[in-house]
Amino acid sequence: MSDASITAEPPPGAAPPESSGEGLARHLTGAFFLAPALILLAVWLLYPTIYTVIRSFFGRSGYLGAWVGIDNYKTLFTTSTILTAIKNNAIWVAVVPAFVTAIGLIFAVLTERVRWAVAFKTVVFLPMAISAFATGITWRIMYQQNPSQGAINALGRTVSDAFSPAGVLPSATPSTPIFQQGQGGALILKTPLRPNGVALIGLTGIAPQDMPKGSTQAVQPAPKPGAIDGVVWRDFKPGGGKPGVVEQGELGIPGVTVQLQDSAGKVMRTTKTDVHGTFDFADVPPGAYNVGIGAQTFAKPFGGYSWLGPSLITPALLIAYIWIWAGFAMVVIAAGLSAMPRDVLEAARTDGASEWQVFRRVTVPLLAPVLSVVFITMIINVLKVFDIVIALAPDSVQANANVLALAMWRTAFTAFDFGTGSAIAVFIFLLVIPVLALNIRRFRSEAS
Amino acid sequence: MRGSLRTRWTRAARLTALAAVTVGIVAVAAGCGGGGGGAKSTTEAMTTSGASVKGSVTFFGVWTGNEQKIFQQVIAAFNKQYPNVKVNYKPEGDNLNTVLATRITGGNPPDIADIAQPGYVKQLADQGELKPLTYAKGVISQNFAPAWLQLGSVNGTLYALVYKASNKSTLWYNVPVFKQAGAKPPQTWSQLMSAASTIKASGTPAWSLCGASGWTLTDLFENIYLRMWGPQKYDQLTTHSIKWTDSSVTKALTYMKQIVGDSSNIYGGTSGALQTDYPTCVDYVYSTPPKAAMVPEADFVSSEILANTKAKPVTGFNVVPFPAISKNSAYSSAVEIGGDLLVTFRDNPAVEAFMKYLATAQAAEIWAKKGGFGTGNKNVPASAYPDAITRATEAPIGKAKSVVFDMSDEQPASFGSTTGQGEWGLFQKFLQNPSNIKGIQQQLESAAAKAYKSGK
Repeated sequence: MSDASITAEPPPGAAPPESSGEGLARHLTGAFFLAPALILLAVWLLYPTIYTVIRSFFGRSGYLGAWVGIDNYKTLFTTSTILTAIKNNAIWVAVVPAFVTAIGLIFAVLTERVRWAVAFKTVVFLPMAISAFATGITWRIMYQQNPSQGAINALGRTVSDAFSPAGVLPSATPSTPIFQQGQGGALILKTPLRPNGVALIGLTGIAPQDMPKGSTQAVQPAPKPGAIDGVVWRDFKPGGGKPGVVEQGELGIPGVTVQLQDSAGKVMRTTKTDVHGTFDFADVPPGAYNVGIGAQTFAKPFGGYSWLGPSLITPALLIAYIWIWAGFAMVVIAAGLSAMPRDVLEAARTDGASEWQVFRRVTVPLLAPVLSVVFITMIINVLKVFDIVIALAPDSVQANANVLALAMWRTAFTAFDFGTGSAIAVFIFLLVIPVLALNIRRFRSEAS
Repeated sequence: MRGSLRTRWTRAARLTALAAVTVGIVAVAAGCGGGGGGAKSTTEAMTTSGASVKGSVTFFGVWTGNEQKIFQQVIAAFNKQYPNVKVNYKPEGDNLNTVLATRITGGNPPDIADIAQPGYVKQLADQGELKPLTYAKGVISQNFAPAWLQLGSVNGTLYALVYKASNKSTLWYNVPVFKQAGAKPPQTWSQLMSAASTIKASGTPAWSLCGASGWTLTDLFENIYLRMWGPQKYDQLTTHSIKWTDSSVTKALTYMKQIVGDSSNIYGGTSGALQTDYPTCVDYVYSTPPKAAMVPEADFVSSEILANTKAKPVTGFNVVPFPAISKNSAYSSAVEIGGDLLVTFRDNPAVEAFMKYLATAQAAEIWAKKGGFGTGNKNVPASAYPDAITRATEAPIGKAKSVVFDMSDEQPASFGSTTGQGEWGLFQKFLQNPSNIKGIQQQLESAAAKAYKSGK
């Protein structure tokens, strides 16, 4: 913000009275002093504006290209990516100015009352000192879906692990379709077993480095009278091996909790596998039983929310953007607060108003001009938002996160359609005009 | 101070507002309207051989860093023959197309520019911006197979020399992971599929996909389509004489679905893959422990592996040609390439001398020896490449009877190479939801139809 370069308005009435004889000379002097600024304005503002407006009625390439009338504007409202951009810009305008102003107001009012106000304000204002591109990259890393990469999902994993920790074999899947869903989410063998039966539970999808320590060659136990035994093993050897058959070179999985359920699905007993992956339920009464493994063993760790996925990307961007600008709003509003006449507040308090009433009925109305400056500045900022979107959103969701300024740049400079690109620029210009008009009217009413 | 505060801030807001409005407009206008100076005459030379050729050549290239250094050596070698031609190489990196578009609009293009998209070359040729390379046709046809002249031609006129080419029909794999799983490097599609399922059973996902970089997905599709239907149909799809709703596309997408449809065999699943950009996906395959076994991408993967992972050539990482699908050997030996098309905006003896030099085997060999360089120049021997991996990826380019250019680069940019829309965006949609093949085909077709209609 270039507040430093702004100085107070010249005192009214400073303009000298016009005297007829010196009129021409005065005008010439005036023109001489104005010329550099006017030339710069003409070159950098006026010419580009006019050229862009004209350009928007011509075709894709060249200095002007072929006349296409309002086709570019039709394209604007029939291309899905640009329509998404218009929709997203509407969301941005609806959300950001309100949140930034509200959060800035809250921070400003609260920091008036704390001891380390300057330190606090500095921290909140700090994001303004970082380029939006760097902010985008930082937040993109924080938003990573993989909890071991993204800070926000890492927090989620910490919480999730406290309630539902990951199982010991999260990636494992049966080597043959032997399982069905049993009671309580357990995976049970499709074929019920009777005493003297052997359960073969082959699992694949376990990386060698993820195998529990101390596992050795898997052993298929012999049927035992009056008992149900079996083996849980990594049903894989180089080349794949034969699924469902315990082979030389395949390892047993130790430490897996195996359940013995009766035909109604009630867990009768549990046991753990040994280093060969074998287990044994001895002295089982006659009847049909289901052997299975509790769902907990295969529970996947918290996979993280897809902040950068198509559905959450716009909220994710809004959060990052509000984080940047809340500090700006706070500083402006705090300046307004410190300029506020204290006697009014005191009078309200003396009259018995509660702090909330003082805030609601006195502070906010008195701050209204400052709040509207922040609000309008934010609307304009948001209409031209660009850098954070291109930096934060992965390419795969930039269509979902699209905003007008980005659509303009892509259309003009990557698809080389300068006609439609100019039309988007003019469209942004048209959107900003009412906001500007509002602002100018406010300047006028304040000046009078 | 207190009294003036309101005034100060409202004026600041006014200025901000003004600045905000103009930024949007200046951004576009600066791109289109800048420059304006006339074309500068760069040479006075009259004859066409050796020291008598005088002048200077401005060259806008994408090569920066190490690549720029190597290209300077190529220029130095050129200067031994033509000491009086000064080549000003300007590295523009990724911004080259933007800079070029601005310079052309401003009437001040460079003498030579390096363009990666034949679609853009065609556009410029149609606009009459380019100069034909008729003078270099002899040298080029001595060194390149006819397919390369075709790649550089627009409506029968030669405009571009493919100086540097990369082989996009390659598949990279992690050797230890393959060994551990007992899988063999696949030669055919069915071997590829069985290797992928074996690797999955061994506990490592078979695939690492760079879904966030849309071009890697179109590359995968293009390779499947090329292997399945051959170069001729590939070219027809490229020029949109086959529609995207064609049954050949359906079948190619069905094959692609065998890879992208099994989310559990992709590292991070489809949603993770959609957030993984190139080259992060390469790093995943060669991290410790490896997170996936294979990554389908072009020859330049090797430089990423060497720069950012600990994997060693042959024992740690290796490469196979993209597996064969059709039994037709012409289809399985065809190579999809990406490359640098050198085009000229002026012709004078200095420019002509440099372009002719770049078409020689000598100019290609200087870079080939340094690695990271492939060429269609058939006179560059396989022994020029520095190691086994480069020989495996680059030698086939010069030998190939048929080469096709990266399809998405040949198409109008709004369809073929713009982030979030057209092919890039729609293939990302396909990765997200591979079951809706018909729907994706229709969307591809309507986007293509629109781009081809306005692309002229």
